Amino acid sequence: MAEVIRMEDVTKVYRTGSLSVAALRGVTFSIDEGEYVSIMGPSGSGKSTLMHILGCLDVPSGGRYWLSGQDVGNLDEVDLAEVRNGHIGFVFQQFNLLASMPAWRNVEVPLVYAGMHRKERKRRAIETLERVGLSDRVEHRPGELSGGQQQRVAIARALVGEPSIILADEPTGALDSTSAQDIMGLLAELNRAGRTLIVITHDRDVASAAERVIHVRDGLLVNEPAGAEVARWVG
Amino acid sequence: MGWLETLRTGLEAVRSHRLRSGLTVLGIMIGIAAVILTVGLGTGAQDQVKSAINSLGTNLLTVSPGSTTSTAGVREGSGTASTLTESDADALANKTVAPDIKAAAPVVSTSEELSDDVNTDTWTSTVVGTTVSWETVRDRSVTEGRFVDNEDVTDHTAVAVLGSDTASELFSSEDPVGQIINVDGVPFTVIGILDSVGDDSSTTGSDQDDQVIIPISTATERLFGSTSLSSILIESTSSSTLSSAYQEADAELLALHGITTASDADFSISSEASLVSTATSVDKTLTLLLAGIAGISLLVGGIGVMNIMLVSVTERVREIGLRKALGAKPSAIRRQFLIEASVLGLSGGAIGAALAIIGTKVLPGAVGYPVAVSVPATILAIAVAVAIGLVFGVYPASRAARLAPIDALRNE
Repeated sequence: MAEVIRMEDVTKVYRTGSLSVAALRGVTFSIDEGEYVSIMGPSGSGKSTLMHILGCLDVPSGGRYWLSGQDVGNLDEVDLAEVRNGHIGFVFQQFNLLASMPAWRNVEVPLVYAGMHRKERKRRAIETLERVGLSDRVEHRPGELSGGQQQRVAIARALVGEPSIILADEPTGALDSTSAQDIMGLLAELNRAGRTLIVITHDRDVASAAERVIHVRDGLLVNEPAGAEVARWVG
Repeated sequence: MGWLETLRTGLEAVRSHRLRSGLTVLGIMIGIAAVILTVGLGTGAQDQVKSAINSLGTNLLTVSPGSTTSTAGVREGSGTASTLTESDADALANKTVAPDIKAAAPVVSTSEELSDDVNTDTWTSTVVGTTVSWETVRDRSVTEGRFVDNEDVTDHTAVAVLGSDTASELFSSEDPVGQIINVDGVPFTVIGILDSVGDDSSTTGSDQDDQVIIPISTATERLFGSTSLSSILIESTSSSTLSSAYQEADAELLALHGITTASDADFSISSEASLVSTATSVDKTLTLLLAGIAGISLLVGGIGVMNIMLVSVTERVREIGLRKALGAKPSAIRRQFLIEASVLGLSGGAIGAALAIIGTKVLPGAVGYPVAVSVPATILAIAVAVAIGLVFGVYPASRAARLAPIDALRNE
């Protein structure tokens, strides 16, 4: 399996005036293509910072980061935007859909920034909505959809650009348990279809659905606690 | 992201905040309408003055007795001296002396009380004694009867041509031609009625439709008791020969009066062109002032756009963050907000222009003279409105473009 993500001794230091806080203190790991990985840790562990760097929303202070073989550690804002557009599909806790647009228009946004032709965009958006089981909700606005359906639209938006990885940040955090199970099932299904999936969460149950769990604490990766191995095959 | 795409997004954003966009547009709209209307009012006033002055007769020079360049204490004031005579006028009309002068009309005038022959209606009007040339020089004609001719002047006949307003004041119902009027007690037979120029006395100083024209010989002999002229009206052969006609008249009169230095002249010559330029420059100053005030309201409208765009950026921090996370480059975000601002400017400009055009149809009824709307000025105003949207949108747009996606997304 080819490596999709490789981080070597990545650090992140936030400076506010004279105060500097080390959020990541040297993180090294890699993720292969087609893997399903959870990144778990309590709040303040550096897990959000790690997610931002993984998602190319922020750049590391030190160390190196390769995404699909490309060194993205030192890219500028414009290049990072291109990398995000082409390689990363985001799924957020709060869905982050644009309320004024119907589902398919929300899904096509990444393709708009990729410069794709309008007709092709609409076709792909509707196709992707079908893939997440929302073929009858194409013209609905987010306000007319349930939480679970909104998250499905968001997943369709993450998928539509055929990214290298799907990065889901607490994807079930705003959902009831039934919808949450439903969404985790959909994500697992996408993974089984070959998609590389990274789920960031503080929820042990959600994390345990993954093949591998990366634990973050105080800005460092820590050994997987016993029991995680057992949970690997669940989901 | 193409321009068309950005335009669509911008329009959507404007549409989705109808009230707020509407209020912003209102500010620009009022500014643009005010600018177009004030400039239109000014231009209309200028046109009005020009046409009023043109109605006095084209290519016209007026010789007045007395000097306007008085430096010595003994010289008499302009218009009150008695230095011009009929022979001066005759000399100026001579083609060999002054080839660029088409006609010269001697004028004596004064204000007299008039009455019809039974003394039932009285009216005070300007009585003008002149020759047949007046009709040419003033570019007037009679609508009824005939004008004063050479024979009237030679024979000192007591005949009068009435201005249209004068005629209707004295003779409300019957035909004035053939009737008798009394001018300062002297009976005159009405032989004609002048055409109406519909003039506004406020711009030219005297009402062209309220006057009585009589032969100059009759006037000096029976009414005024003096042969000195109030003025000589000169018409040049064309507008391009106006200045050479001026020089010929000046030289001829200096020679006739035996004056060697031009600064000692006992007469002055003025052209209607100088009157036009004075009146026009006054109007221009007023227009500039009004347009300046209107421009300030446009500036306020522009600040309104900036204000709303800043609110819009703050309010949509999450949307901006999301768009950036999904791959929007800073330039795309900046463009989106710039388009939004210029859409606001364009709508304001277009609606304001429409409003101004309606205003130009309504306003003349209220102000009493036409309001001119120039198409290039309107297009320029709309372009300015868009430019205002853009200029005042730059700061909010670059603030939006600079937002870091994580900061934007974190804002929950």
